[in-house]
Amino acid sequence: MSVENGIGASVRRKEDQRFITGNGKYLDDINKYGQTYGYFLRSPHAFAKIKSIDLDAAKAASGVVDIFTGADMAADGVGGLICGWGIKNKDGSDHIAPPHPCLAVDTVKHVGDQVAFIVAESLEQAKDAAELIEVDYEELQSVTSIQKALANGAPQVHVEAPGNQCYDWELGDKAAVDAAFVNAAHITKMDLVNNRLSPNPMEPRSALGEYDAGTGEYTLHTTSQNPHVARLLLSAFVAIAPENKLRVIAPDVGGGFGSKIFLYAEETTTIWASKKVRRPIKWTSDRSEAFLTDAHGRDHATHAEMAFDADNNILGFRVSTKANMGAYLSTFASAVPTYLYATLLNGQYKMPCIYAEVQAGFTNTTPVDAYRGAGRPEATYVVERMMERAARDLNVDPTELRMQNFIQPDAYPYETPVIMTYDSGDYPLTMRTAKGMIDYDGFEARKAKSAAKGMLRGIGSAAFIEACGIAPSAAVGSLGAGVGLWESAEVRFNPTGSVTIFTGSHSHGQGHETTFAQLITDQLGVPFESVEVVHGDTTKVPFGMGTYGSRSLAVGGSAIVKAADKIIEKAKKIAAHLMEASEDDIEHAHGVFSVAGTDKQLTIGEIAFAAYVPHNYPADLEPGLAENAFYDPLNFTFPAGTHIAEVEIDPETGVVEILEWAAADDFGNVINPMIVEGQVHGGVAQGIGQALLEGVIYDEDSGQLLTGSYMDYCMPRADDLPNFNVTTTNTPCPSNPLGVKGCGEAGAIAAPAALMNAITNALGKEIDMPATPEKVWRAAQNA
Amino acid sequence: MTTVSMTVNGKSVSANVEPNTLLVQFIRDNLRLTGTHVGCDTSQCGACTVHVNGNSAKSCTMLAVQAEGAEITTIEGLASGDELHPMQAAFKENHGLQCGFCTPGMIMSSIDLLKRHPNPSEETIRTELEGNICRCTGYHNIVKSVKAASENMGG
Repeated sequence: MSVENGIGASVRRKEDQRFITGNGKYLDDINKYGQTYGYFLRSPHAFAKIKSIDLDAAKAASGVVDIFTGADMAADGVGGLICGWGIKNKDGSDHIAPPHPCLAVDTVKHVGDQVAFIVAESLEQAKDAAELIEVDYEELQSVTSIQKALANGAPQVHVEAPGNQCYDWELGDKAAVDAAFVNAAHITKMDLVNNRLSPNPMEPRSALGEYDAGTGEYTLHTTSQNPHVARLLLSAFVAIAPENKLRVIAPDVGGGFGSKIFLYAEETTTIWASKKVRRPIKWTSDRSEAFLTDAHGRDHATHAEMAFDADNNILGFRVSTKANMGAYLSTFASAVPTYLYATLLNGQYKMPCIYAEVQAGFTNTTPVDAYRGAGRPEATYVVERMMERAARDLNVDPTELRMQNFIQPDAYPYETPVIMTYDSGDYPLTMRTAKGMIDYDGFEARKAKSAAKGMLRGIGSAAFIEACGIAPSAAVGSLGAGVGLWESAEVRFNPTGSVTIFTGSHSHGQGHETTFAQLITDQLGVPFESVEVVHGDTTKVPFGMGTYGSRSLAVGGSAIVKAADKIIEKAKKIAAHLMEASEDDIEHAHGVFSVAGTDKQLTIGEIAFAAYVPHNYPADLEPGLAENAFYDPLNFTFPAGTHIAEVEIDPETGVVEILEWAAADDFGNVINPMIVEGQVHGGVAQGIGQALLEGVIYDEDSGQLLTGSYMDYCMPRADDLPNFNVTTTNTPCPSNPLGVKGCGEAGAIAAPAALMNAITNALGKEIDMPATPEKVWRAAQNA
Repeated sequence: MTTVSMTVNGKSVSANVEPNTLLVQFIRDNLRLTGTHVGCDTSQCGACTVHVNGNSAKSCTMLAVQAEGAEITTIEGLASGDELHPMQAAFKENHGLQCGFCTPGMIMSSIDLLKRHPNPSEETIRTELEGNICRCTGYHNIVKSVKAASENMGG
């Protein structure tokens, strides 16, 4: 029986009403009585010693409340920022995590590094005062590229990290891969750059810190994807206050894409300083600061080699990657190029052996951490450009080479040589589906038509896989994670039958208020309008791990289901008592409890009322109807699919036009198809942005950020993108009660490789991202 | 300080502001109409788009004093009571928003677009919305929303 507004329905979103009427409450919309304004003086240099800071004139300026430097924070015993995932080097030693102070102490290590925090009555006064601060810098030679940073003689970013090395890590069986290559009939080799990106959620980061001298409690409103994690870090490592004296609220958050997972210096400094000035402080990033300080994504340089036998079967895969960590190790930075990357290098294929080594290093650039997909786009990019390149080398159709090497639908569970156990999928089906959607077989005729008008037409595919539903706590703990990655929920019936869901997940565009409500509507028969979802406030919701890695439905949704199961269990007892039947005879379907073989029944609403007004109630049962659950997943989930792009290139201008985009994705069961499609659209758009338009560029000599605004960093706009043809196939995920896999990152993972494969197919030569008109034009001229 | 007066969402408003106050600051800070957002500092993103005398304008690019005497409409002024403007309804119906931050500016620009192109092609919609950045939707459903609104509004 399908339930109205239940699982599988494209229910229109609850949250939209406030957003389309201008009633959303984003952080900068919130103001407190007596509020002051914070502003950061930032380093204009990529690398410099701070010889002295003179605050006198600034402190005397109009409206200035106080000014703080790194020395003040150190004197107050405030710790620096930490990285929550420890990586082991090849020799078993620990990675290097140099100090990461919120305000620079004696050295600035990237342009935009925080030097001083000015608190004033108005933002204008804070900015004016910042101009009066005199900092005497001794400039040092900087290094921004990872290849140069890891080379001999490079400037040393941290004394703690000789040779700028953070770690030198490996995964897989080197000997087996070496042997496989000896026996290979063909070897494909490529050098690939995964360009550095700036996440750019449209709402800039912001913080509003308050200290209550009466209770000793701090309240931090912050643009966070995971407020409890922020509270834990602020409490346990920065030592702002014990967790019970620290409330973190993430209200409506305008996009994250990973960049709002991390605990940053600005939010930390703001909450710390609120006690110093005994007044609320608001800091809001402007876009220029966001480019300088929001953790960047990607920035890998990779050499890959794939060995095939004489029948074009993969024999082995060898990957060597250099990963840029930036100037400091951000919250989860170390995990991105290791356990979120190399573990997915198996792709969708039968690969007998894989060996990956990753050398991560420090540079004088903004820290790099998880950005939509986080490691998995980098893995898919390497695997899928290699597969396409190999097919060209072997003179076979790239989709056929993939089909031949796919793991087959009856092979699950499938253990890869790089830790993961894939649990379900049908890769040939998604490939066939995508090919049908784009009329793959008709391509040659279309290419001829384009050629007749002097245009270059190309088609390219990417068969991506990712590990989502992050993550089984014991598994990630054994790999170095400092936290567990379960999720929490409470399902609370109100006496009159409406329901409030409290979730540890956080919604910043994903539509949880709708999808999570659909779960309860479906399972407990409560009208959709009578279900409310509460998230984002550490005093309201149980401790939760937050939203990233396409985990919210698979892990957070499963916690809600688990809590609802407990509700059903208790409701059966109440129903048995009220209907004078044995509990074993009570049957339940969508919120209706009936006595088997009779017409007696009670609705969940009637039972909830009885639970809160327990005049006629089981003697051994607690009143009330509210249940908590924590859900720790059994395995990762493995969304996978095929995206195919078709492009036309004007060789005279180098402009790439995307003509068609076909996406066939297997996300397991789908709760709200409308929302899932929207997630794919957005992910693909970001992937296209990476492949065509976006790239963070530093001046190699000065270390200055050259792409520091929307005038220089090319964001995808409406007229850069096509419509997307999107569909889903479904092999339910066996490891969680909903059978869901996650959909938030898929597009960003699949799109870059698919699009670059189409472009290089059209050009007949390999180029790196972003495929800007200039780069494409040059390639076309030399074609 | 200087006095500035205008009509915002049908109400006469007046305030003393610094001469360098931007229209968006006046709207957000003085009038507390926080539906108009600031997403960049180079007039590129369009999150701050409002209507000034019926035409869309980026309110981060105007001084409040330049709007002296003007009729301003913000996102808060679109619906009539509980009845949504057709563009608002179309965005909701077609999932034209995710995080919602760019949405007020996107809706204000889209209404202006339909005023000038009552029955726009997809290409026209995409070209016209070039000044509004959305990072969530990939624009697919925004284009669909605007098209649907044009049909519902009899374009």
